[in-house]
Amino acid sequence: MEFAELIKTPRVDGVVLHRPFLPLVEGTLCLTGHHLILSSRQDNTEELWLLHADIDFIEKRFVGSSGTIIVKCKDLRIIQLDIPGMEECLNIASSIEALSTLDSVSLMYPFFYRPMFEVIEDGWNLFLPEESFKDLESMTDEWRLSEVNRDFSICPSYPPLVVVPKDTDDDTLLKVASFRHGGRFPVLSYYHKKNGMVMMRAGQPLIGPNGRRCKEDEKLINATLRAGKRGYIIDTRATAVAQQAKARGGGFEQEANYPQWRRIHKTIERYSVLQDSLIKLVEACNDQSHSMDRWLSKLEASNWLSHIKEILTTACLAAQCIDREGATVLVHGTEGTDSTLQVTSLAQILLDPSCRTIRGFQALVEREWLQAGHPFQHRCAQSAYSSGKLHGEAPIFLLFLDCTWQILRQFPCSFEFNENFLVLLFEHAYATQFGTFLGNSAAERATLKLPQKTVSLWSWVNRPQEMEGFVNPLYEPNSLVIWPSVAPQSLQLWEGVFLRWNRSSKCLDEAYEEMVHIIEYNKELQKKVNSLRRQLAQLETEGSPLHTP
Amino acid sequence: MEHIRTSKVEQVRLLDRFSNKSTTGTLHLTATHLIFVESNSTSAQEIWILHHHIASVEKLSLTTSGCPLVIQCRNFRMVHFVVPRERDCHDVYSSLLRLLRPESYDELYAFSYNPKQNDRQREEGWQLIDLAAEFERMGVPCDQWQLTDVNRDYKVCETYPRDLYVPITASKPIIMGSSKFRSKGRFPVLTYFYQEKKAAVCRSSQPLSGFSARCLEDEHMLQAVSKANPNTRYIYVIDTRPKLNALANRAAGKGYENEDNYSNIRFQFVGIENIHVMRSSLQKLQEVVGTRALSVTDYLVGLENSGWLRHVKAIVDAAIFLTRAVTVEGASVLVHCSDGWDRTAQVCSLGSLLMDPYYRTIKGFMVLIEKDWISFGHKFADRCDQLDGDPKEVSPIFTQFLECVWQLTEQFPQAFQFSEWFLIQIHEHVHSCQFGNFLGNSQRQREELQVKEKTHSLWAHLLSGQQNYLNPLYCPSYGYTNPVLEPSTLPCHFKFWRNMYHQFDRPMHPRQSILKQALTLKENNRELESIAQNLQAKLQKLGVSTSPLEVRLSPRECALPPRPKSLILGAPFSRKEVHQEDEDELVEGEEAREDIPVGSDGDRTVEGGSATENGYGELPLSCGSKPEPAMGKLELCLKSM
Repeated sequence: MEFAELIKTPRVDGVVLHRPFLPLVEGTLCLTGHHLILSSRQDNTEELWLLHADIDFIEKRFVGSSGTIIVKCKDLRIIQLDIPGMEECLNIASSIEALSTLDSVSLMYPFFYRPMFEVIEDGWNLFLPEESFKDLESMTDEWRLSEVNRDFSICPSYPPLVVVPKDTDDDTLLKVASFRHGGRFPVLSYYHKKNGMVMMRAGQPLIGPNGRRCKEDEKLINATLRAGKRGYIIDTRATAVAQQAKARGGGFEQEANYPQWRRIHKTIERYSVLQDSLIKLVEACNDQSHSMDRWLSKLEASNWLSHIKEILTTACLAAQCIDREGATVLVHGTEGTDSTLQVTSLAQILLDPSCRTIRGFQALVEREWLQAGHPFQHRCAQSAYSSGKLHGEAPIFLLFLDCTWQILRQFPCSFEFNENFLVLLFEHAYATQFGTFLGNSAAERATLKLPQKTVSLWSWVNRPQEMEGFVNPLYEPNSLVIWPSVAPQSLQLWEGVFLRWNRSSKCLDEAYEEMVHIIEYNKELQKKVNSLRRQLAQLETEGSPLHTP
Repeated sequence: MEHIRTSKVEQVRLLDRFSNKSTTGTLHLTATHLIFVESNSTSAQEIWILHHHIASVEKLSLTTSGCPLVIQCRNFRMVHFVVPRERDCHDVYSSLLRLLRPESYDELYAFSYNPKQNDRQREEGWQLIDLAAEFERMGVPCDQWQLTDVNRDYKVCETYPRDLYVPITASKPIIMGSSKFRSKGRFPVLTYFYQEKKAAVCRSSQPLSGFSARCLEDEHMLQAVSKANPNTRYIYVIDTRPKLNALANRAAGKGYENEDNYSNIRFQFVGIENIHVMRSSLQKLQEVVGTRALSVTDYLVGLENSGWLRHVKAIVDAAIFLTRAVTVEGASVLVHCSDGWDRTAQVCSLGSLLMDPYYRTIKGFMVLIEKDWISFGHKFADRCDQLDGDPKEVSPIFTQFLECVWQLTEQFPQAFQFSEWFLIQIHEHVHSCQFGNFLGNSQRQREELQVKEKTHSLWAHLLSGQQNYLNPLYCPSYGYTNPVLEPSTLPCHFKFWRNMYHQFDRPMHPRQSILKQALTLKENNRELESIAQNLQAKLQKLGVSTSPLEVRLSPRECALPPRPKSLILGAPFSRKEVHQEDEDELVEGEEAREDIPVGSDGDRTVEGGSATENGYGELPLSCGSKPEPAMGKLELCLKSM
């Protein structure tokens, strides 16, 4: 076992754990291959089990002969371990550092994790493209399921099965793939049942400096237009950025070649900018200074809420084109694996009520993020405490969850899930015992044999006893398209994630429980009244009033 | 009314504040209200604006479509009309100019408002709040504190109430001497008594100490306050001003207590800014949030530059300091600022609210306002600009206090019996001059105006509609388990109060409200309980015994794992049932939205959310297809590609 080599000191006694808003715990610290465990070895005190993979960064401090390790986690929690003995402290620190930055995916915990629960419904088989295509078929016959990418050779970041216009054959797809970044030819992302309009997504067209053209590409997307109607291309990059991309072989659709399309540029930032934004935001949130001006200026300087606003606005725009303008929409940025997915998935939450259910949201994440090839492993390798050189880390998915939370806040009765569910997805995207978010694409997941070797997050979440904690008690299905406000006054810092460890949540927890209590009591009363009514009705029809003394 | 030059103008356009949407209707001018009635619409919305609510009216230069009239209200409503003919616009404008600035009190709405009540009901309304009973509740008079009659005829201090509570050992000469040594004669008196530790919260104005003056009676007065508390040998003196301001006052013969002259005082500045700073701060804030197409950066920079949240935090910080001194150390405290009716009122009332759960109930909150604001002479007439007065005296001090309370309700969602709607309603009526409670600058003035004889009390009005203001999550036992609130004052826990400052900007609100939903459910629960009881009674008559209704334990009893959840208590609630939204689906172009909030006097508008109202971006219009009729009105600027 290689882990043993990395663990220099497996056990230290007399370690003191400090956690925000919780009492100190003194106990024994143990390191295993995947966990940092602190146990007081008393029956009634809590133990700490921390996945090494959840550790973002550690700091060491020494006072006299004892040392302190400050552990900064990817879920933004900061804990402190006081370790007696300089050498032990150094050993523990270097072991944690090594174990939390393992290179090989196959050494990750999900490959070792054995569920303590019975898998009733295997999450790996829950959201198969074939199945969702059946739903589509029941609504329209204008699309087909193509197997052109069955061995991932056309587009390494696409799944084996993709939905394309019916009249477009696989040969055409091959040609279009060579004209789109990463081979990401336009595929169906969403079909709007209400008016038959669609949303597609792709990689940027490889126009290049010489203005390359691909007739098949034009034909493919034109095939999705209704007679006499035009469509919208939403480019998630600013015009200038898209122009620059031409010099590097990319670019955007030239109007001369796409006369039936209107192109709109929006400015969604790319990963390094977003990662920087997250780091600054979390730094601001952890600042214990009591200066209001300092807080507001740091919050502003992080730009996080600006990014939220821009992403939400773009998603709303896409939804507006489809629902209000009755137009077809194609969304792309550069690669089509980041900002594009933020826009297409959020637009679906606005347009499609089923995406606001727990299962529907899982299906959306599966379809628009996992199958669509968002590189989770790269993007979520490091979180807000990362330092040094980054390798494509970025909170793209967290921004999507935050935007979803903003919509949930504005429509608190229209979502079947609550905030906890979104927080859970954030946690598991960064560190997990489940295989769902491992790998960067369907191809990588297939190579790693994740469905065979790991447990799906959905297998766990969908068990009734877990589900209970994620259900929004206020939920009442709302079949309408929802239009959130994107005014800065309507957007809020997501306290459940960013201030989670900086505040005591007791009052809010209790209030939430009270809310649940009111709703459950209502259901109970209704039942009671109904049964009493029945009882009374029965007695009255029997017509034999019993007079007891 | 002689001031109304025109009573009706047709074909007036009302422009939306944040989008290019507009509606057309008729403008009516009555003696008390400016009313806009939307024409040719199924849901003909009406906007009622009370003249007293108008802070400013501006006539802009003529445009091709007519003459713009911009009206800013004290309740943060902003309306922009376009009147087709300049003459009409001018008539409305000049009528309003006269109407919004009454010259005498008898012109105020309160003296003509008649809610169809008989005199007995009206009188009962005024008897609802009894401050003597309130002091009794606190445990005063007692062996250390007594009621003094020195101010029976407002001779010692005309801005104080008649009934004042002072230490037993403070003799009349001491009181008289002390009052001469304090600005406006406002000598130290009791405002809250923390029975548990026999610690007192006293208030006053600044001493007239200048650079070296001293007053033995005043020193005795503070000593008397100190002696009345067996716990500690010292008292705190909290000067709520920034030290610099207090120093500047010394040059004018005023100032602050010299620790060398007063034995056993612990002196502390807490640095709350003056009324002028607060006025311009809120003005700046309003300008920022009133900007169209505001970016997040400009919003946050503007929020910071306005300083508003910094001021709010300063007040909460001061109240916490006061609360700790009283509840933890058991020390008595004297709070003052310059005149002792602005910052002092804020800090004393907020501190009491933190210490005493009673003030977190609907009735208790009314008592608190009655005591610390109304009776102790917060100058409502000047601060709220009730009559045509000095604009430099106007300041949102009371609004700021309400916001501090709101910030607390956000941190303690179960501690308050009332919801933010209660606070917003109080704010509405502090400026409406519809009720007598807030008229004038002092109790004495209100007596002269005979408000109790001639006007109605707001408290009766609010209590009669109190089901609208209940906080559905309120837990009455919370006050027992948490008698003293200890809020966090980290800056990140202070939020912008959107539902106050944008109360009329519907598109900015959450489209569904947890508050409303929970309130409806709770009401429903009460109905169901009584139905079930009736049914059980009927069954019992028929000889069938049923199990009694089980009242379930609140989840308070079960231990909860520490897990973060934020609860969104959002928009104002409405009577409209949630199910209604399903019906909306049938209406082309309808969106999921809330409807008219109740608890208003019908002067709120309905504004649903829609894709374009929110201004997501520029959609090129000419897109082959004809725009839907609904889209016709909407601005869709063409963006060249």
